[in-house]
Amino acid sequence: MISSILFTAVLAAGVAGFTYQVRRLRRGLALARPSGRHDRPAERWSTMARVALGQGKMGPRPLAAAMHLIVYVGFVLINIEVLEIVLDGILGTHRLLREPLGGLYDGLMNFFEVLGFLVILACVVFLARRLGSGPDRLKHPDLAGWPQRDAVNILVIEIVLMSALLLMNAAEYQQLAASSQQLATSSQQLVTSPWLVSGLLLPLFGGWSDSALDAFAASMWWLHFVGILAFLNYLPKSKHFHIILAFPNVWYSKLAPRGQIPAMTSVTTEIKAMMDPSFVPDPNAVPPARFGAKDVHDLHFANLLNAYSCTECGRCTSECPANQTGKKLSPRRIMMATRDRVEEVLAGGDSATQKTLLDDWITREELWACTTCNACVEACPVNIDPLDVILQMRQYLVMEESAAPSTVNVAMGNIENNAAPWAYPQADRGNWINS
Amino acid sequence: MSLNVPTMAELAARGETAEVLFWVGCAGSFDERAKKVTKAVAKLLNQAGVSFAVLGAEESCTGDPARRAGNEFLFQMQALTNIEVLNGYGVQKIVAACPHCFNTLKNEYPQLGGTFEVHHHSQFIEQLLRDGRLRVEGGSFKGKRIVFHDPCYLGRVNGEYEAPRALLEKLDAEIHEMKRSKKNGFCCGAGGAQIFKEPEAGNAEVHHVRAEEALATGADVIAVGCPFCKLMLTDGVTHHGKEGHVQVLDIAEAIATANDL
Repeated sequence: MISSILFTAVLAAGVAGFTYQVRRLRRGLALARPSGRHDRPAERWSTMARVALGQGKMGPRPLAAAMHLIVYVGFVLINIEVLEIVLDGILGTHRLLREPLGGLYDGLMNFFEVLGFLVILACVVFLARRLGSGPDRLKHPDLAGWPQRDAVNILVIEIVLMSALLLMNAAEYQQLAASSQQLATSSQQLVTSPWLVSGLLLPLFGGWSDSALDAFAASMWWLHFVGILAFLNYLPKSKHFHIILAFPNVWYSKLAPRGQIPAMTSVTTEIKAMMDPSFVPDPNAVPPARFGAKDVHDLHFANLLNAYSCTECGRCTSECPANQTGKKLSPRRIMMATRDRVEEVLAGGDSATQKTLLDDWITREELWACTTCNACVEACPVNIDPLDVILQMRQYLVMEESAAPSTVNVAMGNIENNAAPWAYPQADRGNWINS
Repeated sequence: MSLNVPTMAELAARGETAEVLFWVGCAGSFDERAKKVTKAVAKLLNQAGVSFAVLGAEESCTGDPARRAGNEFLFQMQALTNIEVLNGYGVQKIVAACPHCFNTLKNEYPQLGGTFEVHHHSQFIEQLLRDGRLRVEGGSFKGKRIVFHDPCYLGRVNGEYEAPRALLEKLDAEIHEMKRSKKNGFCCGAGGAQIFKEPEAGNAEVHHVRAEEALATGADVIAVGCPFCKLMLTDGVTHHGKEGHVQVLDIAEAIATANDL
């Protein structure tokens, strides 16, 4: 009874904490202007199914893809067991579903155990890659400090959660086996054989007393349960939020052609009015507060969702020609900085009002190093678009501050004056024909 | 062989029109190395008997570098002016010899009322071959090693990887691939208005890195499909001391050379 009350209280606290954090996230995303990406819903759902659910863009790195798939499938399926844990916890029962499900229950447990073991294995390999032998993108300066600790925390939590499950099963079986031996009716009492992985752990518990096994199994059960809730509440602070946000993030993918930058309609109106005196602008059109983006408020919803969905894998940065030739630009850092700036605004205070995404979080040098080659866009497994943020910030620099590099200003001046980025007269454009 | 390249204005004055507009682009109009590509495309169109014209003095920058530098105003000025000219001539089909022009005409002009059927020159020439209007035999490229560098705005951005390769296949040469090719192709470093500015501080130049990667395949010819890639990789090859040993050629130049044009 007491444990039921305690359980329910812990569960309620965990869910309340997570709900609070999700509302905070919604406040963060609401800072942005609308994305306008609610068109073509059928295509959005199918993109989500292919890219997020189906892991469709993980292929180019097969080892990482295979291990990620194990952790992903493991995470989703093993958490079905949480249903039983919650029911047991509230009702004060023990393995409530075992009898009703019969043989299926053992089948499921065997499946979960094997999957759990593979998850542990994959996480150990991930840790080894991150701390030792892995690719440069996992040891990149972008990750110095908290991001790297965050990544290690997540892997350790996963290993602990899965280990707790396996150890609990082993201790429970050992207890059951010992008590049936005492009754000397082992063959009748002990109808089930041990489950596949926990069965291998039984030697760990040889000689343990009944009460010790009981207490150990119970503590592992609590550890697994509290661990899941802690994990849930850790997620919103972590890069690992991607396990949830990847799905809506892919739903909000850019569906327009990759090579198309959204047109600013206010600019179109202005130019049309200039070119055609009879042009009547839309009287209801609201001029934008600002051209381009200086801060997160100027970006659109999908940009900020991108930032929260980024798991900092660095595939973008490892493909970026600017980054790979030692420039300061790192597309991953563009997304990380955007998220950090949203958090700073949410926290309020002087920094929220006095700082901006531009200059305080992302430098002009980074923005001007981009070749717009789209390698980062191609590389992202969840369709994050760092280039969109870079281009909007360039628009702010050029259209609000006239702060392009001087040579770019020369090229743009030439386009304006003689229709080419170089200072050749437009009248000479056809000279090649007879030269 | 003298070129037969009328302008739209000349045709209109004679009461004629052309099936295809050949969009030359700024580099193709003014840069010496890119002009060779422009001429090669024109020769191939002539050889295939394509009814085409250029805008000549009425052509103007598409606005691509301005837009990617963040100058939406200048981009739209260019685009709306160009669209007015193109629609004025009733243009329906465009062949562009530059992937940046190609992308902007194809994907961005429809936003502003300019909807055309737009082809990159590699796509158009490949179609001429398939239609039997043009024939190519290896000629001087027979047995040579050729590596193709995917232009970002043809490949990764517009998904066209096969047309340029299909053309190179016709040269009876050995076609090699760089490690980073097709959708993983590595930029030449020119895009996004980079070619008009000094690079930011770093430890290498993008085009040196890419030229090195191309040279590592042992290629005799680095084939490109973009005037800016051509400039960048030519400089890259020179940087690595391979000038005169390794040629950087646009696909159109290679095909025209093979056809002794």
